[in-house]
Amino acid sequence: MKARIKFRKNGVMKFIGHLDIMRYFQKAIRRAQIPIAFTGGYSPHMIMSFANPLGVGLTSDGEYFDIELTEPIASKEAIRRLNEQMVEGMEVTGFVEIPDDKKSKGMTIVAGADYLSIVKKGVLPEGWQKHLEHFYAQDEIFILKITKKSEKEVNIRPIIYDLHPQGEGIYMRVAAGSVQNLKPEPVLEAFLEYMNMLGEETDGIEFAHHRLETLANTGSEEYPDFVPLSALGTEII
Amino acid sequence: MIKMALNDDILLKIDKPARYIGNEVNSVIKDPEKVDIRFAFCFPEVYEIGMSHLGLQILYDMFNRRDDVWCERVFSPWVDLDKIMREEHIPLFALESQDPVKKFDFLGFTLQFEMCYTNILQVLDLSGIPLHSSDRTLDDPFVIGGGPCAYNPEPLADFFDMFYIGEGEVVYDELFDAYKKWKDSGKDRTAFLEMAAEIEGIYVPSFYRADYNPDGTIAAFTPVNAHAKEKIRRQALADMSTTTYPLKPIVPFIKVTQDRAVLEIQRGCIRGCRFCQAGMVYRPTRPRDINMLKETARAMLRNTGHEEITLSSLSSSDYNELEEIVNFLIDEFHGQGVNISLPSLRIDAFSLDVMSKIQDIRKSSLTFAPEAGTQRMRNVINKGLTEEEILEGAGQAFEGGWNKVKLYFMLGLPTETEEDMEGIAVLSDKVARRYYEIPKEQRNGKCQITASSSFFVPKPFSPLQWAQMCPADEYVRRAGIVQEAMRNQLNRKSLRYNWHTAELTVLEGVFARGDRKMGTVLEEAYRLGCIYDSWNEHFRYDLWMQAFENTGIDPDFYNLRKREADEIFPWDFIDCGVTKSFLRKEWERAMNGEVTPNCRRQCSGCGAASYGGGVCYEGKN
Repeated sequence: MKARIKFRKNGVMKFIGHLDIMRYFQKAIRRAQIPIAFTGGYSPHMIMSFANPLGVGLTSDGEYFDIELTEPIASKEAIRRLNEQMVEGMEVTGFVEIPDDKKSKGMTIVAGADYLSIVKKGVLPEGWQKHLEHFYAQDEIFILKITKKSEKEVNIRPIIYDLHPQGEGIYMRVAAGSVQNLKPEPVLEAFLEYMNMLGEETDGIEFAHHRLETLANTGSEEYPDFVPLSALGTEII
Repeated sequence: MIKMALNDDILLKIDKPARYIGNEVNSVIKDPEKVDIRFAFCFPEVYEIGMSHLGLQILYDMFNRRDDVWCERVFSPWVDLDKIMREEHIPLFALESQDPVKKFDFLGFTLQFEMCYTNILQVLDLSGIPLHSSDRTLDDPFVIGGGPCAYNPEPLADFFDMFYIGEGEVVYDELFDAYKKWKDSGKDRTAFLEMAAEIEGIYVPSFYRADYNPDGTIAAFTPVNAHAKEKIRRQALADMSTTTYPLKPIVPFIKVTQDRAVLEIQRGCIRGCRFCQAGMVYRPTRPRDINMLKETARAMLRNTGHEEITLSSLSSSDYNELEEIVNFLIDEFHGQGVNISLPSLRIDAFSLDVMSKIQDIRKSSLTFAPEAGTQRMRNVINKGLTEEEILEGAGQAFEGGWNKVKLYFMLGLPTETEEDMEGIAVLSDKVARRYYEIPKEQRNGKCQITASSSFFVPKPFSPLQWAQMCPADEYVRRAGIVQEAMRNQLNRKSLRYNWHTAELTVLEGVFARGDRKMGTVLEEAYRLGCIYDSWNEHFRYDLWMQAFENTGIDPDFYNLRKREADEIFPWDFIDCGVTKSFLRKEWERAMNGEVTPNCRRQCSGCGAASYGGGVCYEGKN
């Protein structure tokens, strides 16, 4: 039986990288005595797979991993036990059973993520909301993608699914996962550059990015229907 | 939410920010308003090294069991953060509260190896605490040192207010109670040091004066304060069976060197190898109770979630109930996906059987520590491992499917000849020959014999403390002889040889047996930029040599000089249980190539029985 665990990562835990978060949960699952399944061999390891890794420095309300259970455990009980083992900054918010079909299981289903980015340094120019609207209304948004081998211009506009002001911050929905992946930094760098070209002062502005949710696409590529990963599962009673 | 000492910009810029944020599982948070004593426990190395140290976990747990004490951790900032802290004037902080170390009542250093001494000065400096104890005021913590290097604390005498000689479990409570009394009294720093000096095992270096002979050796070492004792008695538990042990060790977020639950099965060693300081200063051998160990193992795994557990002791094969504890660990935990990692055990039928259950034979290697290449040399150092035993153990292992062997040796031992050096290659080759005796179709490809040698450093309180060392180039020459001999062996293609750097050995030697005068060299080396000396990429031998030159101190005096029988050593004021006359007798037996039996076979009257427990009394009550 497969279970999907949802968690939050906040505060100083943003400095703990993805691999160490995996190690952290492996130990937490042991302490909480969650009935997890192991692989065989001389050094058995837990059957566990994490969704799209979150970069160091980012916080999140929508992180996920799947595990294989050897026996059922009630969602509420599992959440309670896991939270007893969490350190400050970590909180388990969901534990659902997921069906054993290709559409639901595994982390290849990750297709998008929602972010809220708040200015942490500097001040956005007056009327930035209008600029953001025009920026997003463009047909193409090119960024310079630098890899070890090459530098190339890439159009990221098709993989930005939403972008608008939200309170003092900026909300965005972008592609995430193994097929296409876009982080919030390059989007907002491109936005700052865009404003800069319009003559606005944007030097030294920096954002703190917070992931709100990780999403699966239950629609088609053309007409996507994004849902939180946890929506594909059901509570274990 | 916890307030960080470092801002986000810095934490995102440096390597492994998890080294500095605290917040780990089982780390202890207390209300600073509700404690009387704040203790900063420092392992002056990078986080991953320091967090692998069992002693830290034991004392952290023990101190924090007291409601009136809050013990926190401090490590050396890695070089990237070190630079930023200096540029931005950020004071060094403890991980739990993130408060500056300078605010604490105590700053305790565990002294595990000589080559971390410059890092001690780094920690003091970054904390804004005067390097010299004589310059400290009521605004500074008391700086205390303990651990193996405290058995010769003299090179560090200028920088420490006091040293704790012996096992931490014994008199820390007394020291804390005295501190509270002193704090209430409103008296000056000296008043507390005088109270501390009255406690058994506490050494206050500023209360002693060293006088020197014209040749630089010590003429007299005398107390100059009425509260200071003539001799400092090393503190040791008489009985280890039920002492405090951390059931909830801290679990680091990042992978550290020792990333597992550690079960200390006994303290001390019966073997009496003559080069080994630990084998003398931790006498007598004291085992822990097997039932306590079983309970402890269960609790530690439950409380940490570690996926691996290991045993710790100087010589696990000498623990009387080894088979029972190992079988218990396998039966109880192996099925739950917990790895059992065994320390180097004597290779015999039992250990091979156990290893075949818990490891992949094709990937694992066997380890032997013959320490010297010939039986003559092994007799000198009293290493009771014979060639027959090695070949027998290796043979059994090869027949069981193993094909990798590691052999550990020392070079530069007293009385060493070219034959002893070449013996390293000859012995390695014999192990390989034993492998190729197995019919081709039954063996598992080629074997791989890796011999490693370190250069011998004489340590205080070991029988070889009178030994002369070699100059750096002589060490290199000797390693060259071994390497050449390796090339001449029949199975040279199956043999590999590597050796440690000679320059580091020279410095280690100077500090191991150095006196108070070494403080100026250490400080000068630090001023010149030496830090993280045990890391090859940071070790600056040129700067160290410049420091010796600038201070007019000759390293050869400490390493190359012949020490006479009646010389007063800088560490002679410490009574570690094992007597100097016993050590001298062992030195003489070494020079004659005579072997001394281990403690279980026959008591040699070393003096450790004065602690009233352990192997000295086995079967006697």
